[in-house]
Amino acid sequence: MAWQSLDIQRRSATTTPMPGARQATEVAKLIDISQCIGCKACQVACMEWNDLRGEVGHCAGVYDNPGDLDSQTWTLMRYTELENNGRLEWLIRKDGCMHCQDPGCLKACPAPGAIVQYANGIVDFHQEHCIGCGYCITGCPFNIPRLSEKDHKAYKCSLCSDRVAVGQSPACVKTCPTGALHFGSKEAMKDHADHRIADLKSRGFSNAGLYDPPGVQGTHVMYVLQHADHPEWYAGLPRDPAISPWIGLWKGLAKPLAIGAMAAITLASLFHYIIKGPNAISKETEKEVEHDSRSQ
Amino acid sequence: MIRDPNDLQRYTASDRVIHWIVGICFILAGLSGLALFHPAFWPFTLLFGSSTWTRILHPYFGLIMTLSFLLMALRFWQLNRMNQIDWAWLRRVGEMVDGDDHNMPEQGKYNGGQKLLFWLLLFGTILLLFSGIVIWRAWFHFEIGQVRLASVVHAAVAAVMIGLIMVHVYASIWVKGTIRAMWYGTVTRAWARQHHLAWYRQMLGLGNSQPR
Repeated sequence: MAWQSLDIQRRSATTTPMPGARQATEVAKLIDISQCIGCKACQVACMEWNDLRGEVGHCAGVYDNPGDLDSQTWTLMRYTELENNGRLEWLIRKDGCMHCQDPGCLKACPAPGAIVQYANGIVDFHQEHCIGCGYCITGCPFNIPRLSEKDHKAYKCSLCSDRVAVGQSPACVKTCPTGALHFGSKEAMKDHADHRIADLKSRGFSNAGLYDPPGVQGTHVMYVLQHADHPEWYAGLPRDPAISPWIGLWKGLAKPLAIGAMAAITLASLFHYIIKGPNAISKETEKEVEHDSRSQ
Repeated sequence: MIRDPNDLQRYTASDRVIHWIVGICFILAGLSGLALFHPAFWPFTLLFGSSTWTRILHPYFGLIMTLSFLLMALRFWQLNRMNQIDWAWLRRVGEMVDGDDHNMPEQGKYNGGQKLLFWLLLFGTILLLFSGIVIWRAWFHFEIGQVRLASVVHAAVAAVMIGLIMVHVYASIWVKGTIRAMWYGTVTRAWARQHHLAWYRQMLGLGNSQPR
């Protein structure tokens, strides 16, 4: 028996139920944007723990460094300078996998077991099963997975599933110096968020709130936003993310429909042959051909 | 090889070669594509070396198929122009499927069903080519909305084309004396008279031949 902490509740390209007898506690990471100072210690800790080293790039004139997520950058601070009611606000969002309860990457993945969702809610890529098609990118509502240019496998934040499996918090949470990052059961994180939101509201952020989007059945990485009514202010955080209807069609209806049609044509052909027999040349036609040849 | 001198030449050697190149590529692209489409077909990845090789190779199978099919279409498109008789044939195709093709409208080298199949496959191949390029991440980077739409188009068009090819293959099995035309190029006179009367008359110079 595998460790309970590694029990799997969903597995890519798998059509039968996963073992579900044990009830695991759902975990979550809470990112309190109002307490983040943008020090990037979480980015460094992520690289340290996961042994990632990106190429040294160029400064594009903003603090975002590197410029985007990639196979070596699983979490990235995105800085937005917002002018709101004549005041400058510096919104700093730690971007990375949201660990959706309804993961679009997993739904789109064609390789059995390349993407799994543990019973605790963590969505993890098993690169040894990844074929490099990039369907996970197509399926993700948050634009998170990245294909490596070197090995052509897809990578993203694992929520330090290896650490969580042995009762540790993710490396980014462990290292955060301001207490902007928290990790625990999803319920505990929601409770903590409630306190933070109440505090923010008392300080004048009347629209403060929790980002736990229902369109993907909630996420296992949640944000406390000062302006929960405008998630797009935070470097384009989607307002109402959900798996695209195109992905639903492609990975839902199209599959049984296509298999059904192919099976129907095969069976119809077989039984047509059995019932009607072959379309062979009749004796009359043979005679007519002889007649034609003589008159030629 | 000269066999029965009475046989009629239906396809030249180069017609046959290009047809089989298209056919082989269709089977390879089809099997590898199905493997990536539905987990029920995942075992097909074993045919291509590994699952990753399946992903690598599939677009190239498709590309060779597209190019060779376009080459084939260039040869055959004029023979596949639809006319009134073809539509009349298609309206009565039920009679033939029901087992009696003796009253079907007289057909040239291709019947209405073959012609319609030709145009559907040509249209489908072009759709597969463009949607395939959009989702080919090894070489191209398209906007996410386009990739999602193209993924659906690619899968749906491929499924329809697999269905069409299954009908194409069954028709050649059902109508006896047909497959040899694609093996070694000739058909018997009786076969031609029964299934493609106008073409038969034209080949034998019997006059009264309809436009093909």
